[in-house]
Order: sequence, then structure tokens, then C-alpha cells
Amino acid sequence: MSDPGRFRGYAAALWGMVLRDLTVLRRNLAPFVTRTVMNPLLFVFIFTYVLPRIGQGVQTGAAGVSYATIIVPGLVAVGMVFQGISAVALPLSLELGATREIEDRVLAPLPVELVAIEKLLFGAAQGILAGAVVFPLVYIVPATEVTIRVANWPLLVGVILLASLTSGALGLALGTIVRPQQIGLMFALVVVPITFLGCVYYPWAMLHSIRWLQVLVLVNPLVYMSEGLRAALTPDLPHMPTLAFLGALTGATLLLGGIGVRAFVRRTIS
Amino acid sequence: MSGALVVERLAKRYPGPPEITALDGVDLEVRPGEIFGLLGPNGAGKTTTVGVCTTRVRASSGRVLVEGLDVRAEPAAVKRRIGVVTQQNTLDRACTLHENLYFHCRFFGFSASEARARADELLQRLRLTDRAGALPLTLSGGLAQRVQIARAVAHRPHILFLDEPTAGLDPQSRLALWELVAELRRDGLTVLLTTHYMEEADRLSDRVAIIDHGRVLVTGTPAELKRTVGAGTVIQVRLTRTDAALLAALRGLPGVGEVDEVPGGLRVLAQGRDGLISSLVEVAIPYGLQDVAITEPTLETVFIKLTGRDLRE
Repeated sequence: MSDPGRFRGYAAALWGMVLRDLTVLRRNLAPFVTRTVMNPLLFVFIFTYVLPRIGQGVQTGAAGVSYATIIVPGLVAVGMVFQGISAVALPLSLELGATREIEDRVLAPLPVELVAIEKLLFGAAQGILAGAVVFPLVYIVPATEVTIRVANWPLLVGVILLASLTSGALGLALGTIVRPQQIGLMFALVVVPITFLGCVYYPWAMLHSIRWLQVLVLVNPLVYMSEGLRAALTPDLPHMPTLAFLGALTGATLLLGGIGVRAFVRRTIS
Repeated sequence: MSGALVVERLAKRYPGPPEITALDGVDLEVRPGEIFGLLGPNGAGKTTTVGVCTTRVRASSGRVLVEGLDVRAEPAAVKRRIGVVTQQNTLDRACTLHENLYFHCRFFGFSASEARARADELLQRLRLTDRAGALPLTLSGGLAQRVQIARAVAHRPHILFLDEPTAGLDPQSRLALWELVAELRRDGLTVLLTTHYMEEADRLSDRVAIIDHGRVLVTGTPAELKRTVGAGTVIQVRLTRTDAALLAALRGLPGVGEVDEVPGGLRVLAQGRDGLISSLVEVAIPYGLQDVAITEPTLETVFIKLTGRDLRE
């Protein structure tokens, strides 16, 4: 057994972990698609198919734009955040807390910080995949017309990358902090509020008539993911300034990622 | 530093409240190629010692060298040289047995074909080839433990750490595991084994350190340690009552070294047993003698002599 170069050794170990995660994802592809599809499918079905047909359609507040168009970016964003939680936070909470399955990766020849970062990055990749699964669905299912126009492709790519990293970082932070027995509580106290108050179902600008709420939701990273995708996919609808959501997503990734990596080290090295 | 593993004045305190001192100045030297047993009751500091040696616990003071490398300064290089089996079954439940071994090898830089060949070889050695595609949760405790050991040595480390490897196993699995450990040693592996089973430490180890309250009390070969008891025979006497006169009378018998009160009777340490048993029985009968058991000293006797307590207490 000879030591390879330090960084080659780290890279090999990281790649091994990516391969492991890919194998597990491939094996669980059906559950992955199911959990990704169910929420947006039902939401789109009820709000953009059933309600308009029974005369209960939601008013958009923007002339000539269907509600279906408004919620496309938000539902894609929620799909990504859900991956951060179900692909990173839930398994990690169990591996760290109940089964200690993480041990073999902690004992791999690389700094444990990198094990945490691999989790974050793989969660981000799964987030992008989830977004790709959700998008055609919310585009096709609605009974009313959906108007998508990508004016700025680099912006779309940048928003997707940053939003997926934020999802992975959120998943890492939650997975390292939340104990397995608190998972139910995490859904009630974190996941549900984040989605309902994430400017998914309404553009942030339209909250101006409830000023306190408009300010309060700014702590929610999902707001910037929804608004960023809104700016990229439906640029004609009201959305936050580009610099604001790009900056906030970068900040959220760094903050949540930093919290997650530190907590991961604390949980694996006593 | 000639040792495969050198532990120097190792201390670990967990900040409280209440502050807990898990290790209170542990010194060890494990020589290349030996099986070294760390014997002590639960809570003695065995797992913490292994934790520090394997980079998973940070020492408060002192240091650990693995083949001359400081575990704190160079954890990744140390991890290449060690294999670790923890108390809990940490096999990856989302992966098959073959994948558990395969990915472990990939973590250590094996190519795909090298990793596949190594996983095949290990499964064959454990006679688990037909279960290569099984998930870990379908295995019995004994088999799971064997796979964990196979995974720990898959990257061909020099030192293997086994933390209570047979805790909770049935006697048959325990024997099978002892054979596996002996076999690994024949391949040239150095093994550090923690256990609270004195028979396990005695049977497997070339040398043993007895640890209690975070300190190493004594180190030596099992035979050396048992000689320190200073008696060839241990006689357990079960009585309904004892008193000072009985103790004095027994101490007066020829060949008797020490007499200690233990729950339910007395323990007599003696040089030989010829002629002693009949006089002992004679003295003890008025005290409600129920049983006399004669054994050779064990590592348990050594532990009791050092601490005044039973290993299981």
C-alpha cells in the first residue's frame, strides 16, 4: 500500500462516494420519480385544471397571464428543495444518528469535511434532476395556457446551479442538525413553512400589500429560488432584481453549507 | 518508535457538565504482527482509545502514532494504514454485500476492476459468494460481523482495530470469528482488539493490557499476567456465612496465599491443592459449605486482584 499524491487520494475517495450514491439513486429511481412528481402533479392538477373548470380559478393579478404560468417556476423550485431534504437530509440524519452507516465514509482516506461536501454536491445534482422531471409536468398538465420565455439562457443556467446548491446545502444543514426522532417535527416546522412561504404560488412583488410578510419571507431561501427561476422563465412577470436573488442564493449556499459541514464534523469526530 | 501503534499519555475529557474523563493517561505500544488485547469492563475507555487511534475522537492531550504517523496531523494517511470494525453494524444498508466491499475499495483508490476482484476474493474467502447480491439487513449478526471485518481489511491495511468484535454474538459465531482473526494475523496483520471477555483476550492475544477508569493497569502476555497473581490455584468456596475466625483459620492452612470475601462466600488463592482441599472443607463445613470450585488463575483473577472488582460489575 503506497500513498498516492494527497489530492489524487482525496479525489479518488470522493469519486468512489459519487459512484456509491449513483448506484443507490439508480436502484431507487422509481421512488425518486414518484416523490418528485406527486406534489407538483397534484398541485397543478387541482389549481390549474380542476379549479378553473369548476369556476373557482385563482386570480393572477397580472393581465393576460394564466395562474399556471405563475406557478411553474415556483413548483420547479419546490421540487429542487424537496430533493435537498429527501435525498440529503433524511438519509443523512439516519446515517449519523441511528445506523452510523456513515462510519465507513468517515474512515475513508480524505478529510471528513469533503464527505459532507460530497453529500451537498450530490444533493444539488439530484435537485437539478428533480427540476428536469417537474418542468415538463407543470408545463403540460394545466388546462390553461402556460407561457414560458427564456430571454437569458446564462441566467437560467446560473439560477439552476445556485438553486440546486442551496437545496443541497439546506439538506446538509438539516440532516446534520435534526435527529432521526425529530424528522416529523422538521417537516412541520421547516419544510411546510418553507414551501408555503416560499413565493411558490405567488410572485414576491405581489406581497407588497402585506408588507410585514413580504419582509419576513426574505429569510426563506426558497423565495430566491422561486424568484430566480421566475426571472429566468417568465421574465415578463414581476420578479426580484437579478442581483438580489443571485446574491442571496450564493449567501444561503455558503451559510447553510458552512453550518452543515461544521455540524457534520462535530457529529463524526468527538 | 518501533511500534506499529504507539499511544503516549493519552487523555480524553468530554466537557460537561458533568465533565467526564474517559482516558486518564493511557500508554500502549503494539508491536508489528501481534494481536494485542485491550481488556477491561464497560466504560473503562477501550472504545475511546480505539476512537482516538482511528481518527474519530480528538484527544485532549497525549498523542498516537500509527507506523510513526501522528493521527492528529495526518488523519488521511493514517486511515490508509488502518482497518476499523466498530461495535455497531455500520454496513451500508442501501448497498449489497458486494457493493459494500467494492465501494470501500474505490474509496481507497482501487480501479473498478481491482475493486471488483478484491470484493470477489473476500466474499469467496468468507464463503459468501452466493450472497453477493444480498443486502446487509438480511444477514445474521455473526455473518454481518464477518463482512464488516472483510470490509475493514479490503484495502489491505497494516493494522486492524476490532472494537468488541464478538459482543452479542452466539458462541458458535464467536468461535468462527476468533478463527478469522487468527487467520488474518497469519497474513501478517497487526490486530488491536478490545474486549470485556477475559477468555477472548486470553485465547486470541499475544499480549494484553488491562484497562480500567481510563488507565492501563498492567501489560504483558496472558501467562505473565496470570503469574502475577502469585498462585497456581483459585478456589471459590460458597458458604451461607463467614466470619473473621474462618478467614484466619483458612489463612493458616499450608499453601494458602490470600483469602478474600466475595459475594456468596470466599475466594482462596493457593500454591497447590494437594491435601489442601480436605482441610479447607473441614474448616468450612460449620459455615454452611455449599460448593467448592477449583480453577486456574484467569485474566479475570488478575483484574480482580488489581481492582477488587469483577469484570462484569
